[in-house]
Amino acid sequence: MSPTIDISDLGLDRGAHLLIKRALRNVAVGAKIGVRGSNAELGVHLPAWCRAQGHDVTRANGDDTWWIVRSPVEEGRWRGAELAGEANPQSAGAVADFPKASWGLAARGATVEAGAPAFQFALAAKDLLWAEEAAHLYQQALTAQWNPNDAIDWSAPCELADEIEDAVVQVMTYLIENENAALLVPARFLGQVHPHFREVVQLLSIQIADEARHVEVFTRRALLKRERMGVSTVGGQASLKTLFDENEFAVASFLLSVLGEGTFVALLHFLQEHAPDPVTRQIAKLTARDEARHVAFGMAHLQYQLKHDAGLKARLAAAVEHRYTALAQTSGLNEEVFDALVLLAAGEWSPNAIAVGFNKVQTLKDEMAQGRELRLSRLGFRDGEASRLAHLHTRNFM
Amino acid sequence: MRSQTLVMGAVAYAAKVVTIWDGFKEYFVKQGLEFDYVLYSNYERQVEALFDGTLHVAWNSPLAWVRAERIARARGAPVEAIVMRDSDCDLTSVVVVRSDSAIHSLADLKGKTVGVGAVDSPQATLIPLDYLRDRGVTPGTDFKVRRFDVLGGKHGDHIGGERDAAQALMAGEVDAACMIDGNHLLFVGEGTLPQGKTRVLAQTPQFDHCNFTVASTAPKDLIEKFRTLLLAMSYADAEVRPLLDLEGLKAWKPARTSGYRALEKAVDITQFYDATGNIRVADYRY
Repeated sequence: MSPTIDISDLGLDRGAHLLIKRALRNVAVGAKIGVRGSNAELGVHLPAWCRAQGHDVTRANGDDTWWIVRSPVEEGRWRGAELAGEANPQSAGAVADFPKASWGLAARGATVEAGAPAFQFALAAKDLLWAEEAAHLYQQALTAQWNPNDAIDWSAPCELADEIEDAVVQVMTYLIENENAALLVPARFLGQVHPHFREVVQLLSIQIADEARHVEVFTRRALLKRERMGVSTVGGQASLKTLFDENEFAVASFLLSVLGEGTFVALLHFLQEHAPDPVTRQIAKLTARDEARHVAFGMAHLQYQLKHDAGLKARLAAAVEHRYTALAQTSGLNEEVFDALVLLAAGEWSPNAIAVGFNKVQTLKDEMAQGRELRLSRLGFRDGEASRLAHLHTRNFM
Repeated sequence: MRSQTLVMGAVAYAAKVVTIWDGFKEYFVKQGLEFDYVLYSNYERQVEALFDGTLHVAWNSPLAWVRAERIARARGAPVEAIVMRDSDCDLTSVVVVRSDSAIHSLADLKGKTVGVGAVDSPQATLIPLDYLRDRGVTPGTDFKVRRFDVLGGKHGDHIGGERDAAQALMAGEVDAACMIDGNHLLFVGEGTLPQGKTRVLAQTPQFDHCNFTVASTAPKDLIEKFRTLLLAMSYADAEVRPLLDLEGLKAWKPARTSGYRALEKAVDITQFYDATGNIRVADYRY
């Protein structure tokens, strides 16, 4: 006997179709259900709804029950649907090597109706951007987020001699320019990543948010005692432009994260130790922690891709060389920034103090080069090559 | 016209029509039927093209079918309806009033204003007005008709006229409004008609809507292939499903012409077309 439901006075304009669809799901295609109800417009809306859904509907004269025959339409709609991988990245085969364009924006692990439009993501191959550590790094990034209003004591004593304050403002101005690059370079790639690589999209997104926060705190520190920023130089922007114009994700993340941000971690540690005021030191400490995470993702991804892409190592080396050549005629780190760093480390104007400051900055540059060499070795560059490339890196640091 | 190409006419009542027929064209050609389509801005010119050799087949509104059939009879060049949508069968139209209205019977419409769709809309004008006339309330005599003419010549395919009438109902500009049953559900769903604020005063008997009308001169083999391909289209096929969704059907069905009687009668009474398919109605711009 065909099942019959009573939808009482509920109309199809108020959700009755949910009850009808539910009842239809419980019978086979071609089988009938009965629908009874007292809504005044049932006789208008039920046949119209059935017609739109492809179900036949009849009612015998004098009968108070409408009979709906379940059409094959709904079942047919899911024929050829496919599973877009698995949500849990730990499941075998969860992350496809080449997710389909037609999976589009669907959640990884969703059942995707056949015939969906193709989304042409330029970065749609696992080799091009995956890192096994991405999920873990994302979680780490989430728990390490900080609010500039609470994490930094903006009212801490910060009375510096005018020229020292000027030096701090110049360093902040320089940092903002570089952080703009660190924000926009991943942002330009983010929109090209197939969202199937959920963890990578999430991690890049939070990385971009990190940089937005860094731009904020550097700006706030610069304007703490001053109304105007420092200078921006042709050499500094020329260096960043060679990074900004890089079109390959792997090469860009190599130049940005492994070489640039890696170098910046050393610079921020330097500021954490030598900055003349507590606000700048706190800022340096917090931003260095974020930057270290960005370096970790760049390293993890490149280690993954280098395993699968035999030609990548040569492209990375060529990118450093190309950039070196392109920047050979520029002045390197702008003098204003270099002098400001020396002055910060000196803390005062006596010749002895300046000598000490100068040495500290020289030591910083050596440490930066050593750090780059170490990371290049971890990526599989032999000692001599790692050292050579480490020293070819832009003198602008980023 | 290349004799091996089936040429179909369709009326561009909305921009999506191009998407629909480009998609169908690609599908038919892939299935081995050379097919092309011509778009018309109105059904009148499309129907005429069925008889001047331009078209083999026309995707006709019910009113266009009625006219084609009259011209065909007059010229002794019979047309045939071959296929229609599942959603073209057994439609009804409704006359809707505000739920707090004092109109409770058709007789209460006397002296009132009834909003209808375009002059050439079977579902929102011709059929419901004839229904009321049959039941003793004559349009223009017993009640005033206020027409919401949107895109004349498109035979009411454009939903705008019905929506304008519905809005006028809620604004108090008309006392009742005519629309297709499914549009009442749609208008309530989208908020054009506030939920619970309208009442269905009357519902017409069932009638049918569009069909593919074939000219007597159309090549039989191409028409047969066209019919076979249409009827074989399955909603389970992801390639055609978006086209079926756009065209508003789940399956094509062999056409029947038994569902056009109410419209034929309305056309006669209003002298919309004469017996040989000439346009007689006044104020019809297309």
